[in-house]
Amino acid sequence: MTIYGVAILAFCFLVGKLIGNALGLAIGINGDVGGVGFAMILLIFSNAYMKKNGWLEAPTEKGILFWTSMYIPIVVAMSATQNVKAAISGGPVAIVVGVVVTITGFLLVPMISKIGKKEQIESN
Amino acid sequence: MEIIEKLLSKNGLVFAFLVVGVIMLTSYWVSKNILRNKIPGVAIAIIVALILALFGNKKGIADISLFSGMALLGGSMLRDFSVVSTAMGADLDKIKQAGLAGTVSLLVGVSFSFFLGVVLAVSLGYTDVVSLATIGAGACTYIVGPVTGSALGASSEVIAISIATGVVKVIVTTIGTPIIAKSIKLDNPHSAVVFGGLLGTTSGVAAGLAATDPKLVPYGALTATFYTGLGCLLCPSVFYFILNIFIA
Repeated sequence: MTIYGVAILAFCFLVGKLIGNALGLAIGINGDVGGVGFAMILLIFSNAYMKKNGWLEAPTEKGILFWTSMYIPIVVAMSATQNVKAAISGGPVAIVVGVVVTITGFLLVPMISKIGKKEQIESN
Repeated sequence: MEIIEKLLSKNGLVFAFLVVGVIMLTSYWVSKNILRNKIPGVAIAIIVALILALFGNKKGIADISLFSGMALLGGSMLRDFSVVSTAMGADLDKIKQAGLAGTVSLLVGVSFSFFLGVVLAVSLGYTDVVSLATIGAGACTYIVGPVTGSALGASSEVIAISIATGVVKVIVTTIGTPIIAKSIKLDNPHSAVVFGGLLGTTSGVAAGLAATDPKLVPYGALTATFYTGLGCLLCPSVFYFILNIFIA
C-alpha cells in the first residue's frame, strides 16, 4: 500500500530530526544539527535492507517516490514565500558568491580528476 | 468575485498546488521553446517564484491572503520531507561505482563551496555565524542553503539570498560548462564523475553536460545525486561548528 511508503519516509524523517535535535541539545546549540542528512542516511539503509529482503513492493515505493517528484514544486513554493525584498536590498551577495564558487569548481575538475586516475591505475 | 476569493483562501494548500503547477508549466515551456534548453526549467521556475515573492514582504507572496497556502506548501516541514525522500534515488552500490575520485570530489565539492561562500560573505560584510553558514550552504545548492538556514534559525532574508546563490550556480554551471569543458578536460566519463561531485547542483550539472556531450550526463548525475544529501548532513553540523570555533 502507498501509505506504507509514506509511513516509512515519515519514520526516517522523524528519527533523523530527533537525532539532529538531540545532537543540537548535546552541544548547546538550539537547533537541528544535520537532521535531514541523518534522515536521508536512514532512508538509504532502510531502502537497501527492504530491497534485499523483498519487502519493498511497487506501491510502497510509489508512496516515497511521489514526494521525490514533489521536491522541485515545493522548492518553487518555498522560493515564492521568502523575504526577497530585504534580500535584494542586501546587495549582490548571491551573484558574487554563486559566480565565484561555480568558476572555482570548474577549475578544480582537472586537479581532482588527476588524483582519481592515478589511484585507478594503482588499483589495477 | 468575493466568493471565489473566500473559496481559494479557505483551500489555500490546494490553490497553492494549482499556482505552482502553472508556474512550472510556464517556466518549462519558456525554457524549452524560447531559451532552447539553454537554462533549465527549474532555474526559471525558481527565479519566477523569487520575483513573485516581491509582491509581498516578510513572507513573500504568502503575505497576500489569497496565496497564504504557498507558505504551507513551501514551508520547512514539507520541504525537508521531500528532500529526505530523494535519498531513494541514491543507490549505495552506485557510490562504489563512482570510486575514490567520485568520493573525493564530493567531499571537496561540498567543503570548498561552503567555505569559499563563507569567506566571500564575510568580505561582503556579513558577520553572524548563522547567516554565514546559510550563505555558505547556499553556495552548495539552492536546497542545502534553506535546509541549513531553517535548521539554524536564519532570517527569511538570508534564506532568500542562499536560494538565489544556488540558482546563480545552476545558471553559471549550465551556461559555463560547454564553454569551459575543453580547457578543464571534461571529455570522458571519469572527469564527468568528478565534475558532478564538485559542482553538485543536479539540474545545472545535467543541463551543462547535455550541452557539452549528452553521453556524459549519467556520469555527472551519478555523483551530483549525493551532493545535496551530503551538504544537508555536513553544513548545519560539522561545518557550522568549525565556523563557530573560528568566528566566536
